Amino acid sequence: MRLPPLRGRIREGGHPPPGARSTVRVGLPLKGGGNWSWTMSTRIDARFAALKKEGRAALVTFTMAGDPDYDAALAILNALPKAGADVVELGMPFTDPMADGPAIQAAGLRALKAGQDMKRTLSLVREFRHGDAATPIVLMGYYNPIYVYGNERFLTDARAAGVDGLIVVDLPPEEDVELCLPALNAGLNFIRLATPTTDDKRLPAVLGNTSGFVYYVSITGITGAAAPDAGKVTDAVARIKRHTRLPVCVGFGVRTAEQARAIALGADGVVVGSALVDTVRKSLDPAGKATTATAPAVAELVRTLAQGVRGPLKSS
Amino acid sequence: MTVQQIPNSFRTGPDEHGHFGIYGGRFVAETLMPLILQLEKAYGEAKADPAFQKEMDGYLAHYVGRPSPLYFAERLSAYCGGAKIYLKREELNHTGAHKVNNVLGQILLARRMGKQRIIAETGAGMHGVATATLCARFGLECIVYMGSVDVERQKANVFRMKTLGARVVPVESGAKTLKDAMNEALRDWVTNVDSTFYCIGTVAGPHPYPMMVRDFQSIIGHETREQMQTAEGRLPNSLIACIGGGSNAMGLFHPFLDDNEIEIYGVEAAGHGIATGQHAASIAGGRPGVLHGNRTYLLMNEDGQINEAHSISAGLDYPGIGPEHAWLNDVGRIKFLSATDDEALNAFALLSKLEGIIPALEPAHAIARVLNLAPQKPRDHLMVVNLSGRGDKDLETVARHLDEKMKS
Repeated sequence: MRLPPLRGRIREGGHPPPGARSTVRVGLPLKGGGNWSWTMSTRIDARFAALKKEGRAALVTFTMAGDPDYDAALAILNALPKAGADVVELGMPFTDPMADGPAIQAAGLRALKAGQDMKRTLSLVREFRHGDAATPIVLMGYYNPIYVYGNERFLTDARAAGVDGLIVVDLPPEEDVELCLPALNAGLNFIRLATPTTDDKRLPAVLGNTSGFVYYVSITGITGAAAPDAGKVTDAVARIKRHTRLPVCVGFGVRTAEQARAIALGADGVVVGSALVDTVRKSLDPAGKATTATAPAVAELVRTLAQGVRGPLKSS
Repeated sequence: MTVQQIPNSFRTGPDEHGHFGIYGGRFVAETLMPLILQLEKAYGEAKADPAFQKEMDGYLAHYVGRPSPLYFAERLSAYCGGAKIYLKREELNHTGAHKVNNVLGQILLARRMGKQRIIAETGAGMHGVATATLCARFGLECIVYMGSVDVERQKANVFRMKTLGARVVPVESGAKTLKDAMNEALRDWVTNVDSTFYCIGTVAGPHPYPMMVRDFQSIIGHETREQMQTAEGRLPNSLIACIGGGSNAMGLFHPFLDDNEIEIYGVEAAGHGIATGQHAASIAGGRPGVLHGNRTYLLMNEDGQINEAHSISAGLDYPGIGPEHAWLNDVGRIKFLSATDDEALNAFALLSKLEGIIPALEPAHAIARVLNLAPQKPRDHLMVVNLSGRGDKDLETVARHLDEKMKS
């Protein structure tokens, strides 16, 4: 099977793949005239470099912007770094999240019902940045709300708000010319999902324009479904690392500190989403409104997960 | 930026990336990308294999009952007092609609690929019934996703699917209609990648679906060309079909796209009226966006959130349209019109009484516009309407609607 040629090429962000020669093969003119990968470093790059020195994996959290409402979502966001989140993923709500399970679908609908939209999502990031200049923020979601906002305007506004990276679930490398290449040009990391169906032939295409980190989806399935098998995950991470020097974070199905610890042993980061979003839901009053328990409950789970990720290595 | 150009031929799309102008593409999660590439390859090989076509032709003739007649609607023509109106009788196919043409192709392809588990989404239930039928015929497992609202309003088709051995899964997420059924089918596919073939019912979704479904449905237009030559010794002057996703319309239109003198009309569902916002007319009331694997015209709000479509016809009740239609609209090859719920109901009753043919509510939308277009045409104007499905499934809906009208 031959992959279609990408209609634009850029060097992998930050680091050349092992054994690669440092020849420049930049497909688009980059701002500043230089090769993006050698001239800039984002908060994401800095954070993973620091964690590497500490010798531990990152805890990457996912919560939904505007869930259950703007103010509660901001309180949650502000609480995350103190509770132990190293990288923060913030969901951009969408009516039709095709790759998400019931928990994240419901979170998106709660946010939309409370009036969340792209402007308010960027505003959340801006407000968060007032109090935190270091924690990387990755916006995660689907392409349509970005496309409708206007790609160029979105990239400008996201960068200005303090966003560091993007994960857009329905933009595979075949569509890189849409947003990935412009995002790299704008100085944002474009983080791609790799999955168990991404075989060795396809991995180079998937990793080609990926930067910041690689998000390994540990199962074929939707978010919040089956728990991943830690052994298989370690093998998969090793397979991806043969193709890239980027950090590899693993997500989909991680719920407990024990699971987080098991995954952390074999990866550079652990992503937890549905468990946090479920915690938000459980904290709501019968009318579906935030309570005083909402942000603390999320922070408490993040603290537990962070202990899992940071915990002493178990000999087994 | 992609520049929209008027091409020398309207029949060469899509390009190798699945684009029709700026529309189409492959906007799917990475998990599905390898499957879609595999499907594209398998379809390319099947298309080039005479044995595949021969197998298709055999089932089309003896199982589906093709060719479907091209019937001169004499009393409807006299009623309109203008064009000579022909009906392409897709409602006479096995399972009662055009849907089976596409499903047969996809199921034979799934067999070639060694897939044993078939999933499908359905709105009105016609695509679900066609899928359940062919899965029964070939002994394949069949799971049909259907919004719980549609399960409620299309009970007869749910029972048909179950009778045929399919499992019907009511979808409770989102608005619980066709778009949510499609989301849920995609979620199933992401989860069961190895075993499963996703049989999409219309000319939408990621490449290669819009192209593949179009190819399988194009038999409608190819037959029409031959049949009209036999009947009248020339090609028709105009074609008209209803459009939800647009597979029956594309099937009729595509073989005629380069006959530039032929007028082509697509009829969208205007529901309660375009101005009310309660409709399913993506071209008339939508704008370009990305959903379900392709860029196309979508009904959505200013934040890019998808709006619910509304139509009395569950088969047109979808907030998008096939990407090739979107492109053919932009380049001006297809003229898009619309018909309201009430206009469709009126046409439903009229065709039943004039021709003894009860149409589905979907093609009743096309008939509604024929009632305006035909009288403006000369007597020697040959107009072909795609009668894409029969109306049995809609009798309950129509009865309920007429009841409400009489009470109010």
